[in-house]
Amino acid sequence: MKFLARVEVGHQAGILDPQGATVQRALPALGYENISEVKIGKSIRLVIEANSESDAREQIEKMCEHLLTNPVIETYEISLVELTGDAAENSAGE
Amino acid sequence: MARRVAVVVFPGTNCELDVARAISSLGAHTESVFHLEDSLGSAEAVIIPGGFAHGDYLRTGALAQFSPIMESVSAFAAAGGPVLGICNGFQILTETGLLPGALQKNAGLKFLCASVGLSVASNRSVLTRTTTVGDQLQIPINHFEGNYICDRETLAQMKANDQIVLRYTDNPNGSLDDIAGVSNEAGNVVGLMPHPERASAEILGSVDGLVLLESFLAPL
Repeated sequence: MKFLARVEVGHQAGILDPQGATVQRALPALGYENISEVKIGKSIRLVIEANSESDAREQIEKMCEHLLTNPVIETYEISLVELTGDAAENSAGE
Repeated sequence: MARRVAVVVFPGTNCELDVARAISSLGAHTESVFHLEDSLGSAEAVIIPGGFAHGDYLRTGALAQFSPIMESVSAFAAAGGPVLGICNGFQILTETGLLPGALQKNAGLKFLCASVGLSVASNRSVLTRTTTVGDQLQIPINHFEGNYICDRETLAQMKANDQIVLRYTDNPNGSLDDIAGVSNEAGNVVGLMPHPERASAEILGSVDGLVLLESFLAPL
């Protein structure tokens, strides 16, 4: 089985997000006074071959703990979509 | 005195020659060790200099932990050998898990290049054992990700173990508790954001960095 995985990397609670804070302060200049909690993180996308969705998830969690994120300052959220047919052939998940 | 000092070089490291020059000026011999090597040879001390190891891809210091040489550095550190990480080297040591905490983007979101005031917070570490707590030093910083952070328990633990080595006298980057440098529990592994090698000759405007490097080379 092939999966397209997206890993959303965010900030641990209590960790400053100076980019998010700066963008939040800038948005009112465009007239948006209704914005709060702007957070800027990272998005990592990868294609993984695994025996099952839970197997894929487990492997990606390990990748997150050891490389993709720094658990001291970052959080992660994994979402998986199984690739079938042409998408699996092409593997790019476009 | 440690006479043979290994200076670890990753693709993107750029301070290795400055470090070698400063160390040589103190009478020690340095040897560059490329990251693909797996042995530190007969080195008595190890320095990971500043730069942009592996292009700072993903996170600063994140990819260096997988370079073959880091296994030897970790073993050397575990055996009590003196290890110093400067700037990007500090980031590498935190990512490798040899030092607690992490370095995030400066609070002001600006790259900082300036001479800053430092105060020695502990002289239990290899970098400061010949200094006195409270000693004031003037040493340059040069970084975008120097904003030290760790969780509350880690900070309490570091304070209890006297692992906070240097503090900024006027916090330039938002670092937690004004932290400019920390050590591991044993004190033989130290990381700091300021560049002591850039304050190692009168012509550079300060020789305060030599105080730290001399301590680092002093006999254990």
